[in-house]
Amino acid sequence: MGVERYEKIWMWGAGMLIAMFLGAISLTAGLDAVHPPSHLETVDPAALDTHPEFGKPSVTVKPDGSVVVTVVASMFSFAPDPIEVPVNRPVTFRLTSPDVIHGFQVVGTNANAMVVPGYVSEFSVTFTHPGEYLITCNEYCGIAHHAMVGKLIVKPELP
Amino acid sequence: MTRPHSLASANLGVSIGAFAIASAMGVLQALSVADVEFPHRDAGLYYLAVTAHGVLMALVFTTFFIMGLGYALAHEALGRIVGRTWAWVAFWMAAIGSTTAAVTILLGKSTVLYTFYPPLQAHPLFYIGATLLVVGSWIWGGVIIASHRSWRREHPGVPAPLSIHGMLATIIVWYLATTGLALEVVGLLVPWSLGFVTTVDPMVARTLFWWFGHPFVYFLVMPAYVIWYTILPRVAGGRLFSDSLGRMVFILFVVLSTPVGFHHQFADPGISAGWKLAHTITTFAVIYPSFVTAFTIIASLEVAGRMRGARGLFNWIGRLPWSDPVFASIALAMISFAFGGFGGAINAAYAMNAMVHNTAWIQGHFHVTLGTTVALTFIGATYWLLPRISGRPLRFRTLAIAQPYLWTAGMVLFSTSYHIAGLRGLPRRVYSAALSGSDGAAWQSLTVLAAIGGVILFVSALAFVVVAAGTWMSRRTDDVPAFEFAHALHPPAAIGIWDRFGLWTILAILLVAAAYAYPLMTLLAHPRYGSPGFKPF
Repeated sequence: MGVERYEKIWMWGAGMLIAMFLGAISLTAGLDAVHPPSHLETVDPAALDTHPEFGKPSVTVKPDGSVVVTVVASMFSFAPDPIEVPVNRPVTFRLTSPDVIHGFQVVGTNANAMVVPGYVSEFSVTFTHPGEYLITCNEYCGIAHHAMVGKLIVKPELP
Repeated sequence: MTRPHSLASANLGVSIGAFAIASAMGVLQALSVADVEFPHRDAGLYYLAVTAHGVLMALVFTTFFIMGLGYALAHEALGRIVGRTWAWVAFWMAAIGSTTAAVTILLGKSTVLYTFYPPLQAHPLFYIGATLLVVGSWIWGGVIIASHRSWRREHPGVPAPLSIHGMLATIIVWYLATTGLALEVVGLLVPWSLGFVTTVDPMVARTLFWWFGHPFVYFLVMPAYVIWYTILPRVAGGRLFSDSLGRMVFILFVVLSTPVGFHHQFADPGISAGWKLAHTITTFAVIYPSFVTAFTIIASLEVAGRMRGARGLFNWIGRLPWSDPVFASIALAMISFAFGGFGGAINAAYAMNAMVHNTAWIQGHFHVTLGTTVALTFIGATYWLLPRISGRPLRFRTLAIAQPYLWTAGMVLFSTSYHIAGLRGLPRRVYSAALSGSDGAAWQSLTVLAAIGGVILFVSALAFVVVAAGTWMSRRTDDVPAFEFAHALHPPAAIGIWDRFGLWTILAILLVAAAYAYPLMTLLAHPRYGSPGFKPF
């Protein structure tokens, strides 16, 4: 297959550009453990009310100082609301839904995960700026999808 | 006597009809998001319009156009359509299926968007109608393959015309993709919507959907590439720069376009990070054939400009026929893909995806890719096909010349605004950008700009429909242009490695199995709870 010289240069260049992209992604994934939320855990969506954890969605502080936020996203609200967490501390979100699929995005941060009934989504994030953040549902969940919002309050560290 | 292109005409007719309804649904959405009041505006109508726009644009307009293009190419490039009766069965099946699904949407019984993620549950006829459309397209694929086999028997050792090579590759991708869709819809959703089973696992359904969802966009992009490689250089007055690289490009799509679906599921639970990373690698690999295409097509256009007398470094661009609606539509579609491609690389970038996932950025992205690259190429190709298959010259030429420029202007406004609003956090598909109150301040002005873009797009869409309908209703003449395909600078002499479809298809199937077998088995082996159906609309 005869390939013209300039086209050959272009093809090598394109190949190297793609290799560079993949290199950047693999390096951050491998060295800094930058991964999307990918937890595998199931829960009965019909029995969330009586579930020991998701029956009482709340913010809990573990003995080691880390924070766990249990969230139930349902048509058309988040619980708890508002969610209050401390600044500069790793916060682990655990989310599920009793009805349809929802989204959970803290606007202005990279906290962004799907919430799927029957499954627990889990990811950790450290908020570095105190303030109030908007939480949106970013997956269509029915007639009032646009009104499904919540509030996250990142509290400044105590002196 | 039956006209030779009656099949192509029938399919193109449905495609344009679907486009017209879908366009009206589109402008309603753009206005609603920006909180522009209009009669009957409410959330129910908005989400209904999102569903109808998505299904009719992405599935019906495109699939019928591609089927019509396939028949026209088979008739002209191979001199035959083998199995015309089957082709008509396919047409009616797909047309009745699409109409049925569309009616359930417009009646408000299936407001599940075109992704129809369970546990949102549509009317059973929505799933059954969509299935009929897909089965019809499978038969269409069989007719094109049979036509090629018949041609090959008469031309042993001769490579297929590049246009047919590209269509065959498109059909293989379609079969690979729709296997996942059939497993989801026929295996899970139809029995569930009819009440034969009470629950369905949303993660298994989502995973099967995205097995289909990404190669589906290649099913749309590949026929656009067929047009770029085999029609555009001719329209521009030049030569195809490289025939053999074109063949390679289509084969790379066959191999790489399906094992990539997890890049739509980065934010999902239930799939391990390692497998998401594996799909990221294949996703980036499938960018490669588009890079190659960019060179080949631009080089072909430069050849055209120089054959038209250009001598300088860049003045060949000005020599191209920018006032020919066929050329202008397709050329603007290609320029749009340069932006769409890089946006796509950002979406696929594993960790960076979290910044844009399910925000308005995504709407911005697929309106430059599917909404412009694919749609405007198909519109330009319709301007090319209509006179040739109907024997009627294009009517309202001034309108046709303005149309692609209007589309591009509207889309620049619409898409740029949504890209930025998405980065600022506007979620996709919301009835009102104000959300539940006054949260929309960060993006309100952007949604207004996008709505202006939407109105311009709607005007452009109307122009296209008027030109198409006007042409169809005008008088037949003998003075219509002939079907002429681009000549390659170096036509292929013999069958090469990129013509061996059997070999590459086997490799593609192995890659799909490797990409999906283990993650799906992991999901299925876990203790799972299904979901009953919900209809919150």
